Amino acid sequence: MSEITDLGIAGIRDGFRGGEFSAREVADAFNAAVAGGKALNAFIVETPEHALAAADAADKAKAAGELRPLSGVPLGIKDLFCTEGYQTTAASHILGGFVPTYESTVTAKLFGAGAGMLGKLNMDQFAMGSSNETSAFGNVISPWRRSDGGNAALAPGGSSGGSSAAIAARIVPAATGTDTGGSIRQPAAFTGISGIKPTYGRCSRFGIVAFASSLDQAGPMAHDVRDCAIMLEAMSGFDPKDSTSLDVSVPKWEAGLSSDLKGKKVGVPKEYRVDNMPAEIDALWQQGIQWMKDAGAEIVEVSLPHTHYALATYYIVAPAEASSNLARYDGVRYGLRDLPDGANLQDMYAATRAAGFGPEVKRRIMIGTYVLSAGFYDAYYTKAQKVRALIARDFRQAFEKVDVLLTPTAPSAAFALGEKSSDPLEMYLNDVFTVPASLAGLPAMSVPAGLDAQGLPLGLQIIGRPLDEQGVLNGSLAIEERAGFTARPGKWW
Amino acid sequence: MSVDAATVRKIASLSRIAVTDGDVEAMVPELNNILGWVEQLGKVDTDGIEPLAAVIPNHQRLREDIVTDGDIRDKVLANAPQAEHGFFAVPKVIE
Repeated sequence: MSEITDLGIAGIRDGFRGGEFSAREVADAFNAAVAGGKALNAFIVETPEHALAAADAADKAKAAGELRPLSGVPLGIKDLFCTEGYQTTAASHILGGFVPTYESTVTAKLFGAGAGMLGKLNMDQFAMGSSNETSAFGNVISPWRRSDGGNAALAPGGSSGGSSAAIAARIVPAATGTDTGGSIRQPAAFTGISGIKPTYGRCSRFGIVAFASSLDQAGPMAHDVRDCAIMLEAMSGFDPKDSTSLDVSVPKWEAGLSSDLKGKKVGVPKEYRVDNMPAEIDALWQQGIQWMKDAGAEIVEVSLPHTHYALATYYIVAPAEASSNLARYDGVRYGLRDLPDGANLQDMYAATRAAGFGPEVKRRIMIGTYVLSAGFYDAYYTKAQKVRALIARDFRQAFEKVDVLLTPTAPSAAFALGEKSSDPLEMYLNDVFTVPASLAGLPAMSVPAGLDAQGLPLGLQIIGRPLDEQGVLNGSLAIEERAGFTARPGKWW
Repeated sequence: MSVDAATVRKIASLSRIAVTDGDVEAMVPELNNILGWVEQLGKVDTDGIEPLAAVIPNHQRLREDIVTDGDIRDKVLANAPQAEHGFFAVPKVIE
């Protein structure tokens, strides 16, 4: 048998049920892998005792014949999810020492399904970033290295970079992520793993530290499509504590998996062929089109004419919502307080926020404050929400003709840490293929599809109709089966 | 539209973020870069288009007007930087 830590969710679940190993053995194996993976800096807090307690409960449940869907499966949890009794910081100093007295709905569902927690995963501060370089707890290092022998430390993507690095390094079998403009899909693509952002409203936002509320969605990150389906089933469902939660039933996605795409139409949006697209990305996209045909699908070229404006729209809407959401960090109710000598209340607010927020967070709060301020609101924010309506309409019209869309996930493979961090705009351009689906609230998934010339993973993205996660998972499965992606980073940590 | 140092100070003040002269100097070109870039939206014809309100159609739910939560003062105060007598404590507001 292979190592336990080589297994994903389905492998652990089935091996545990089949008596190949106990849940305790699984938890011990992953706790040891986490302890041995510190060089990746993927965790902010390690919680081996939580994983062990869940494992012991799973072993007891098995003996009693009361197994739950994720019994015996330990997970990594992005530090954006409030976990009762465990520090939650969104990777920011302003939430330093914050220990929630309540549980996020998504983690409550996962733990209720029998899963345990290996720890809280590092991320870009307040989920603002595409490289994990904005964390107050240091960069996460991707386990991948270029094949040129240079050993440059690479970005694991962001904002869910702790999640992606930990899964790719096989120190967790799967993890939660959140995606506001690509924060599940881009890191998944950079590290050769799978990740799905479901339809906006599928997963409750209750207890997830808010960034941009009309965009934020939780989702699973895992080895493969099946594991994502299993985990998404456990995370999804109506929650009265989130006013935008969708009151719809949760399909049996794992049972519905099928890579047979006969009778399905796959759209290829011509506007995603952007200027300066690396030839390798384009070639991979063409390969993906062939795989879809091979799976029985008909390929249809479609047009999403407002794609070009999606990034600029996003970088008005998301900072606007962030500036409002992050107004709550005032040094009064939780987290950091900086009270200079003789300071009044207003001075305390300003000093606390100056000391607690990182540069990228401040930048976005400032942009958001400006575009919402008197005299500029209509020119920026209202205009952006109108363009957003046009972007959503483009997708609606495309989905009258096709079932899913196929695009690259990111415009490049992973870049080196420090390579793009000096220019915020250049960093923002990394989200060019993921942001449009976020603006329209659509389910979208990245699956690993190949390696570039430097031996780094590249991903393809499937975008689906609202609530058609099954179509997205199935299209992704068709790629997964044909790509046969088995590459793994060599262990150096 | 571009911002100058005075505007950046005003935005920082509205954002309740203390800034130094050095911060302001660095932020002026950064913010102008980003604002200049998003101004491309001006090229999009949005006449007659309603601003998007909800990405997925969803109705606002009503619930019974009854108490469903509360009586958790200590939990609410548990993370306060300073709590006194069952309240959040802040610097003196009225002289």
